[in-house]
Amino acid sequence: MCRDSARSTRKSRLEPNSLTRSTRHATPRAAFAPKEAPTDASPLAASEHAAALRAEAAMKLTCLSTSGGGGSYHSPASHVLELEGLRFLLDCPIDLSALAVFSPVPLTGDAGGLIRAVPRYWSPAAAAAAREGGVDAVLVSSATGMLGLPFLTRLPGFVNTKIYVTEVAARIGKLMMRELVEMHRAFVRYYGPDTDGLPKWMEGDKLNGLASMLQKLVTEDEGKDLTSLMPLYSPGNIEECMQKIQPVKYGEEVCFNGIFMLKASSSGLELGNSVWTIKGPRASITYLPSSVFVSAHALDFDYSSLKENDVILFSDLSSLNDMDEDNEKLDEHAMNETDSSLCHHSVLRDDGADADETITFLCNNDDITEEIERISFICSCIIDAIKSGGSVLIPIGRLGAILLLLELISETLHSSSIKVPIFMISETAEEIIAFTNALPEWLCKSRQEKLFSGEALFGHMELLKEGKLFLFPHLHSKGLLAAWKEPCIVLCPHWSLRLGPAVHLLRRWHADKRCLLVLEQGNDAELSLKPFMPLAIQVLECSFLSGVRVAKIDSLLGVLNPKFVMLPEGLKSRCSVKKRPWSFLYYTKGKTIELPNLREDFEVHLAHNVALGLQPRQLNETTAVARLRTDLLVSSGQYQLAAAEKQSDRSKRHLLHWGAVDPDRLLPALQEKGMLCSFAADDNCAGERSVLITSPVDALVKITSDRTVIYCDDEGTSKHIYDALCSVCNGI
Amino acid sequence: MAIECLVLGAGQEVGKSCVVATIAGKRVMFDCGMHMGYHDRRHYPDFARALAAWGALDFTSALSCVVITHFHLDHIGALPYFTEVCGYHGPIYMTYPTKALAPFMLEDYRKVTMDQRGEAEQYSYEDILRCMKKVIPLDLKQTVQVDKDLVIRAYYAGHVLGAAMIYAKAGDAAMVYTGDYNMTPDRHLGAAQIDRLKLDLLITESTYAKTIRDSKHAREREFLKAVHKCVSGGGKVLIPTFALGRAQELCMLLDDYWERMNLKIPIYFSAGLTIQANMYYKMLIGWTSQKIKDSHAVHNSFDFKHVCHFERSFINNPGPCVLFATPGMISGGFSLEAFKKWAPSEKNLITLPGYCVAGTVGHKLMSGKTTKIVLDKDTHIDVRCQIHQLAFSPHTDSKGIMDLTEFLSPKHVILVHGEKPQMAFLKERIESELGMPCFYPANNESVSIPTTHTLKMSTTERFITSCAAEQGKQSLRKRNLIHGTGASEVNGSDEAAAEGVLVMEKHKAPKILCEDELLQVLGMERHLVQFEAMGSSRIEAAVEWELKRAEAADLGSEENE
Repeated sequence: MCRDSARSTRKSRLEPNSLTRSTRHATPRAAFAPKEAPTDASPLAASEHAAALRAEAAMKLTCLSTSGGGGSYHSPASHVLELEGLRFLLDCPIDLSALAVFSPVPLTGDAGGLIRAVPRYWSPAAAAAAREGGVDAVLVSSATGMLGLPFLTRLPGFVNTKIYVTEVAARIGKLMMRELVEMHRAFVRYYGPDTDGLPKWMEGDKLNGLASMLQKLVTEDEGKDLTSLMPLYSPGNIEECMQKIQPVKYGEEVCFNGIFMLKASSSGLELGNSVWTIKGPRASITYLPSSVFVSAHALDFDYSSLKENDVILFSDLSSLNDMDEDNEKLDEHAMNETDSSLCHHSVLRDDGADADETITFLCNNDDITEEIERISFICSCIIDAIKSGGSVLIPIGRLGAILLLLELISETLHSSSIKVPIFMISETAEEIIAFTNALPEWLCKSRQEKLFSGEALFGHMELLKEGKLFLFPHLHSKGLLAAWKEPCIVLCPHWSLRLGPAVHLLRRWHADKRCLLVLEQGNDAELSLKPFMPLAIQVLECSFLSGVRVAKIDSLLGVLNPKFVMLPEGLKSRCSVKKRPWSFLYYTKGKTIELPNLREDFEVHLAHNVALGLQPRQLNETTAVARLRTDLLVSSGQYQLAAAEKQSDRSKRHLLHWGAVDPDRLLPALQEKGMLCSFAADDNCAGERSVLITSPVDALVKITSDRTVIYCDDEGTSKHIYDALCSVCNGI
Repeated sequence: MAIECLVLGAGQEVGKSCVVATIAGKRVMFDCGMHMGYHDRRHYPDFARALAAWGALDFTSALSCVVITHFHLDHIGALPYFTEVCGYHGPIYMTYPTKALAPFMLEDYRKVTMDQRGEAEQYSYEDILRCMKKVIPLDLKQTVQVDKDLVIRAYYAGHVLGAAMIYAKAGDAAMVYTGDYNMTPDRHLGAAQIDRLKLDLLITESTYAKTIRDSKHAREREFLKAVHKCVSGGGKVLIPTFALGRAQELCMLLDDYWERMNLKIPIYFSAGLTIQANMYYKMLIGWTSQKIKDSHAVHNSFDFKHVCHFERSFINNPGPCVLFATPGMISGGFSLEAFKKWAPSEKNLITLPGYCVAGTVGHKLMSGKTTKIVLDKDTHIDVRCQIHQLAFSPHTDSKGIMDLTEFLSPKHVILVHGEKPQMAFLKERIESELGMPCFYPANNESVSIPTTHTLKMSTTERFITSCAAEQGKQSLRKRNLIHGTGASEVNGSDEAAAEGVLVMEKHKAPKILCEDELLQVLGMERHLVQFEAMGSSRIEAAVEWELKRAEAADLGSEENE
């Protein structure tokens, strides 16, 4: 494949017999051994502070999944990160790849051997992890990264779990879940409710038959088999999931478990998408999912907030998706890049000018220009189809792409003075459209400027007002028929072509060669289109910018200046390890990698008044020690030692002694306290010496090399003896 | 260590809010307002004097940043003057809505003062735009690193759209400046919300230092009744407000009432800008109350159904109507024009905001039965119309101030933005009931607040673990704290009496160790000291047994560790 096809949109008409030409999107689908159970599975109770710290102190990362169909945007990677004994689940997407083997409803003709039943879904890899070791907190980086969470809400290891996600991602995520459940209901209406038991197609012979036929299509790796498919979650599960959510803003610092400070910063990929900083007592970690430096709709990637964190978990797998297709080209490119940036990096951190240059390289507008070009190209294809009298079906699931498309389509329609209605048909259309115009804080700077100058944040407000854009929840909504006019442009779910209005509209238009279907690359188009055969509709497969370009990774790391970088194995060959101040660790799906403690010590803040009250004791010329009695407070990720509420009277007395006691020095010390004493007569055996005290009361002190025993019945006297002993013995 | 707090405005008065706090060497200016009651140099805070006191060459080097809490003129009115005339070029922070709406307020007022009094303009429209360009917008709860040491954060204050309370921290010293806030939700805004922070100083407004207000609902009903009575009698209602905030709140109230009562009498906004401002409100719906946020997908509450197009000449039209006119305290502008026309008729009604600055027409009307307003020697207005004083105000009342202060439990409190006798009363209450030292400096006075500070040192995992283990034994509460919810977790603190040894070695950072770690560091063996009863020494066997047991215990404890 040449590079262009991956980078820019590709237009091809898919004739029935030419379907084989449609390329299967290349996601890395390596075969892995079945998932290793984490060796040290700490129960949820381990979230107790003490236990947590006593448990394994090193940092551990288990990559649960890398991509589950739909590409890295729809299905970001998922990990479990263990820090100071606590388990963080990083993203929990839903894997919709199994959906492709189910026939969409209503059934028509031959479904190409697809299963005719209520679809089932892969259980998220995180479910197994939650069952095994529990999850203390979930950090979600995007709306798509939370779609699998309702599967987990009923698990016992998830009872006390908190889910951290930005307000906007949570809101979009909830809408997506609701929409998914709603669309799924079409199957239930058709087949009747999904039973708890195994459906017929999953039993014995039938499954084997299906499995052998669909194996290559469905099972991505050997770890999965069709019987592990499960029914979709319910609206109740969604509610339970939402209740665990702690919504945050960009830049808001939240404290988890007293010792961790969590902070989301904008990742630039989509509205509300975030990168996370986890600051623990002994290390700061960046969780870096797919990020886009400069965005045309969302707030830009705020990488400067990640600077100087110790560890980067680089979880942007978008460049892996491109690799097979533009390997060679990029290789050349990367080589050149590497050479030039190598010399950059040696001086990067102390030379401001160079850093600026790197930042310019990172944040140049290439990405955004290309993205706009891509969308413009889609627009031009749409206009061509419309001009030829065909309708356009756009089942794209990316909010940002939809918003930009709407703006560009309306501009293009306007300039070519074509009047066709644009329909957005989705359960959530109205809400999405209304609230995208009311979240200025989450948008890119140029759109924020629109707020300050009093313009609408997105072009779709104008379209609505002018009556060019129509929003309907369903195809059978009241009023849709009245507004319906073909040719038209329809934006609707779902990109899998198994759910939602897209199924019906594709059935309507699939045989019309004037019509156009706009699909996002990353799905298996051949399988997706199978139930709609024979096909005459034009198919445009397009890709969108989904993350950091390979060529920019190295420069980004240079700016962020970490000590360790955890990189997907697949990127190993792409990132130079030479002369970098950081070390790489490589992770693969299903494996656990460990990172040693970066700092042995903890930092504490000692209150000034406690410090003033200390009574230091000089041990020798260079060392002094002081006993410390304080309260340990944990607040906002900081350990503080504050004055203890009740000061014990023991403060003057030693509690710890070391070294040997010289009996010859003890005797005068006792005498000084007014006691009559002498060495005992039988003072010879095994290095033990005894001091006999006869006045004021009888007492005996036995001294060996490591122990002194005071025999005395009178409290006052034994205290005096003790004091005398302290004066001749090292202690504190 | 101390926080040095210089009150440049709103000290023992309401107007030109401006406080400069020096926190661990970082100087932050909170608010930069103007005083509406004065038209001389008392109009603005005395910046020059402050600069001289700091011994700095210019404001940019003297201040780390300026933070504006909300768009009211007594909090932002002097900002364009400060940046464009005084030449401050450092960072300025305010929330998104404040940045979006402030230019309206500033421009509206600039026009009013120019039209009415022909004053030499202090700053131009271009100055306002240039000034606003420099503003860095803030989101709520977003922690902003102003520079290496200084952090600021905005919390929801409720008062008007985008109003914020500001938390600032530098070094170990932390403080909150509340700006104006409201502890009870109103028709379109939520109540103030803040985390339980560890503060050395709280600077709070005290507009209603002595007042406790009753149900807002009853007051709203009174207002609606008065308006309805007036318009059904064919009278005109003048509602002087500023373009933003109160105008939207009252209009929501009226629009809703008109709908319910099926009234057809027109509601007007005198200035196009209020209508334009509604557009901003629609985009900033995320900053309004939860109820409005939840319903805006269906119906945006700022789409008013009964508001009609307005032209200036309409004030001479016969028949009833409701008119929202700026500015709020009838200090000039169109509200004064309409007032002149309508005040002489007893059929008409004029509503007055809860608070009017001394020197304005509004203030004169408030102070009892006024029958004649003397504007200047040629203009006398007979006041025969009815006057309704709006009793609901977006400021917190005395109870709210006490609640917030108790919730935050700062080490010290400073009162600003209030009237001296009431402030004195509140100071007494805060000191006696909450036991916090409280101050209410006058303008240009400064107060120095001592702050606590801490020493950073390192410690071992063993020390932390043993403290935490001790705490685990001591408190069953702990589990709740660890998993805790909301504020309790954010500031949740676990207590345990920690026993450790601080080791100070020359040329090394001090370090806290556990006892046995100390022995390791010193390379020494422990020397046990035991107490026994005298009798036991005579029974050798018993002693042996005792020793063995001690040894076993010793070993046991080592294993445990």
